[in-house]
Amino acid sequence: MSTGVLQAKLWYAQRISAMVLGLCVAIHLLIIFYAIRGGLSAQEILGRTQGNVLLAIFYEVFILACFVHAPIGVANILQETFPKSSLARPLSFILALLILVLGTTAVIGVFTGGQI
Amino acid sequence: MSARPKLDYRAKSHLSYFAYVCHRFSGLLLACFIPLHFLMLSQSLRGAQGFEKSLALTDFWIFKFGEWALVILLAVHLAGGIRLLMIEFGPWKGLRKGWIQTSILFAITCGLLFLYFAN
Amino acid sequence: MSNTDLKVKVWRGSQEGEFVEYLVPRNPNQTVLDVVTYIQRKLDPTLSYRFACRVGMCGSCAMTVDGVARWTCRTHVSQILQGDSLEIAPLNNLPVIKDLATDMREFFNKWKGAVGFFKGNQTRHDDFAKVEPHSVERQLANAGIECIGCGVCYASCEVVESRPNYLGPAALNRAWTLTNDVRDIQQLERMYAVAGDAGCHACHTQGSCTERCPKAIEPTASIAGLKKLVAKAAVRGSKWGKL
Repeated sequence: MSTGVLQAKLWYAQRISAMVLGLCVAIHLLIIFYAIRGGLSAQEILGRTQGNVLLAIFYEVFILACFVHAPIGVANILQETFPKSSLARPLSFILALLILVLGTTAVIGVFTGGQI
Repeated sequence: MSARPKLDYRAKSHLSYFAYVCHRFSGLLLACFIPLHFLMLSQSLRGAQGFEKSLALTDFWIFKFGEWALVILLAVHLAGGIRLLMIEFGPWKGLRKGWIQTSILFAITCGLLFLYFAN
Repeated sequence: MSNTDLKVKVWRGSQEGEFVEYLVPRNPNQTVLDVVTYIQRKLDPTLSYRFACRVGMCGSCAMTVDGVARWTCRTHVSQILQGDSLEIAPLNNLPVIKDLATDMREFFNKWKGAVGFFKGNQTRHDDFAKVEPHSVERQLANAGIECIGCGVCYASCEVVESRPNYLGPAALNRAWTLTNDVRDIQQLERMYAVAGDAGCHACHTQGSCTERCPKAIEPTASIAGLKKLVAKAAVRGSKWGKL
């Protein structure tokens, strides 16, 4: 794939995931503002998320969108700030991996509440 | 004898450039924070008590401040991102400066709401 | 109006040099071009600078005034003066030939690089091409075709400064107007030329180009259009083929 075509596809993927995130973040902010009233304990978090399929699906979609969106953005910044280094791609891949693995673990965690 | 001048703050002192800086800065910090956020949440795998114990870390004021700062960064990045999506995909209506002003207000509102609800 | 002379710092030299201060008497309705002209004619004939029409039509007199790229013939001193001093430098992002004159070759070469020129397949023996004036493409092209290649947008762009091979707002704006020219037959080559790191994808919508264009052209809009066009062509294909 020529670099121009690759850039075009990455741009498109990042903007589509941005649209998904726009929705997810807005909903997440509302959820958070609702949930933190009077403080937030582990019990309260798990009380809402444990066994909640809808929330689990919502947050997994959120994580997949992050997994696409953030690494592309970070790769761009790294490539511009350090043009001579070749670290941009590997670092972005690492970020992508961290988001996917840690994120999905977190979703499984709050969905199961430790009862796997 | 010195090198010829380069673009400095005077060339960049306009609203649209400020929006770009905020968006890039907030995005970078969010990218650094998100894996940590997921790591903390995945402690829920330890069950309610284990989770509560690891959450106790966040009682330190530096974490509280960090959470508040991140809500604001998220609000800034969201609003700036919607502005970019409007510029790139929506009907052309200029650099959407009204939207920049709204974004700043939105971010401040989110910060205040967080403080209000958290206490 | 104050009676003190203007303290005008002017860049002398080329890539290396220094700011030299001149004292210029104030006049009502004085433009920055008037100031530079006064210095060259009355104070220092070795000063090199460019101008032509001096009435805001040709774009030759573009320079960096107090850090901002402007047409000096259309910049009234009274409108931008801070205190009693002015700083005049050559346009940024372009090599300096001498003093206030820059080498515009890379600027125009990038127009070529972006396939910013027309090529059709009709001859004088064919009928006139019919371009509907109210069509979407014609309206989009109209928004960008008044560009006279003055270089102000190019000189204002931070991405141009940090990426030497970035085509820049003017070249990309011209490419966009041509993608909307229904008679042009190089659209696929043009899309290849404007995609990628040297093309539209390097633009971060900082908006300095749109902010500074003396003709109120909006290269940010043109570049956004190119991004959409190229993405669609890469993912789904376009009426001229798939990238």
